[in-house]
Amino acid sequence: MTELAVTDPLPKPKRDIAPILLPVALALVTIPLIGSPSTWLTLTAASLAMGMMIFIMASGLTLVFGLMDVLNFGHGAFIAVGAYIATLVFAPFAASVQADSLWVNLAVLAPAALLSMAVSGALGLVVERVLILPVYGQHLKQILMTTGGLIVAEQTLYALWGPQIIPMPLPASLRGSFILGDVAIAKYRVLATLIGLAVFVAIQLVLNRTKLGLLIRAGVENREMVEALGYRIRRLFLGVFMTGSALAGLGGVMWALYREQVHASMSDELTVLIFVVVIIGGLGSIGGCFIGAILVAMVANYGGFLVPKLALVSNILLMVAILMWRPRGLYAVTSR
Amino acid sequence: MTDLLKLSGVHTHIGRYHILQGIDLAVPQGEVTMLLGRNGAGKTTTLRTIMGLWQASSGEISLAGERIESRATPDIARLGVGYVPESMAVFSDLTVKENLVLAARDGPMDDTQLEWIFGFFPALRRFWLSRAGSLSGGQKQMLSIARAIVEPRKLLLIDEPTKGLAPAIVMALIECLKEIKRQGATILLVEQNFFAARELGDNVLVMDNGTIVHRGEMAALASDVPLQERLLGLSLEAHQ
Repeated sequence: MTELAVTDPLPKPKRDIAPILLPVALALVTIPLIGSPSTWLTLTAASLAMGMMIFIMASGLTLVFGLMDVLNFGHGAFIAVGAYIATLVFAPFAASVQADSLWVNLAVLAPAALLSMAVSGALGLVVERVLILPVYGQHLKQILMTTGGLIVAEQTLYALWGPQIIPMPLPASLRGSFILGDVAIAKYRVLATLIGLAVFVAIQLVLNRTKLGLLIRAGVENREMVEALGYRIRRLFLGVFMTGSALAGLGGVMWALYREQVHASMSDELTVLIFVVVIIGGLGSIGGCFIGAILVAMVANYGGFLVPKLALVSNILLMVAILMWRPRGLYAVTSR
Repeated sequence: MTDLLKLSGVHTHIGRYHILQGIDLAVPQGEVTMLLGRNGAGKTTTLRTIMGLWQASSGEISLAGERIESRATPDIARLGVGYVPESMAVFSDLTVKENLVLAARDGPMDDTQLEWIFGFFPALRRFWLSRAGSLSGGQKQMLSIARAIVEPRKLLLIDEPTKGLAPAIVMALIECLKEIKRQGATILLVEQNFFAARELGDNVLVMDNGTIVHRGEMAALASDVPLQERLLGLSLEAHQ
């Protein structure tokens, strides 16, 4: 038996922390520009909450992009459907929603979120089987099919619920702010940030500590080789697609509560942000998606405060800047 | 010796290109069959077609008597076919350990098998928790082969394992493949390195323009310089 010579020791793998430092640097740079520390803290808290909600909605989409190279322009449908399903739970329990008890509020909020995730996930199953399965590997058809699916979903919501905006008030115990000196941080933003962090940690644990997660990471990198090892990646993709759809549904509920309203085209304003996050994060990268979401939210909040006229294009400018620095996104996972 | 793998009249089209044009071949059980030929002859396409990565447009492929030409790649892998692609295709974002954990599809890795692999490839033990992307080309090749043998396989399809490797690593790799052969493995091995082919092969198939143009014993081809020059365009001496 032969021993292959071990060549030079491996260089220690470099931890690429530059993308992590980016939001920190952005936050620090804006302190003197904003001037008031309390305003800066309020904007930063708002950015974190908004970033976490966008991350929840975008995380599934980035895995779908990375794993199967599928362009799903209909992702926003799961967001809107999730929000509408939550109104079905909120409406009959309006008194409980407005009760002045956190536990009573959560007794309505938690089932509403879970039901929204279940319905959005199930809708994801239907969309993958009916719209996406016939057009694997055909990007133009994927765009047409999923955009068409989004239009059908929006019009169905209009038909079922009507064109009016449906109010979705925050539960009573989540109204108001935590006051720290002269800084007021909305309670709901704290909750949204905590939920976003929990989702991020859960996804990281699954991706890094389970065989299923290894398969997803390997599939993002080289799905053909995963199949050659004997794994049916289509089933894996279906599972990821449904999970991504369910998370979009959860994000829809959270966004509806943030805006305190629901309407069928509510995802229109989010879709651009979600795609910007997926692209600047690097297709298939959860870590990149997380940092990208925070950056997008920071640019929207800080930019909106400092240069309101630039707010509409600030995220596009951010995307251009990031892609000039790293053409495949903050963390390139795939070769695409 | 019975044939483990048989291809009869296999054609493969990739887009509008007709790559395999009626391949007939057999791989005997427990032997190493070399698949030689010039660049673009169709060797890699043959392996990918057997693996189901490209669908045969016509013809029959059978593994241990079971037809597999219409089966999906994961099903073919589950029948006991290990595949080492030319690109090695290690998962560079995963560690060496994680690459092998995935390859051990049917459960936890067998410690005895792992020690056997470490015997061939001690670098894999040393870099067990390192990212595969940070390995050298030779170490990636070791990992790619280790992934194919971490569980018992009926058949190994190996595509140009010595390509781009330093001579010392090539020699060591040949010894490793010999040891795998001594364990009774059945291997269909694509190779451009004629020296490696002569060292490892029991049988040889030579391809040109998508067809098999020669079949026979490796030893016979290795000792027939005019035949080597006619089939491969160069002799073993020239290659060395």
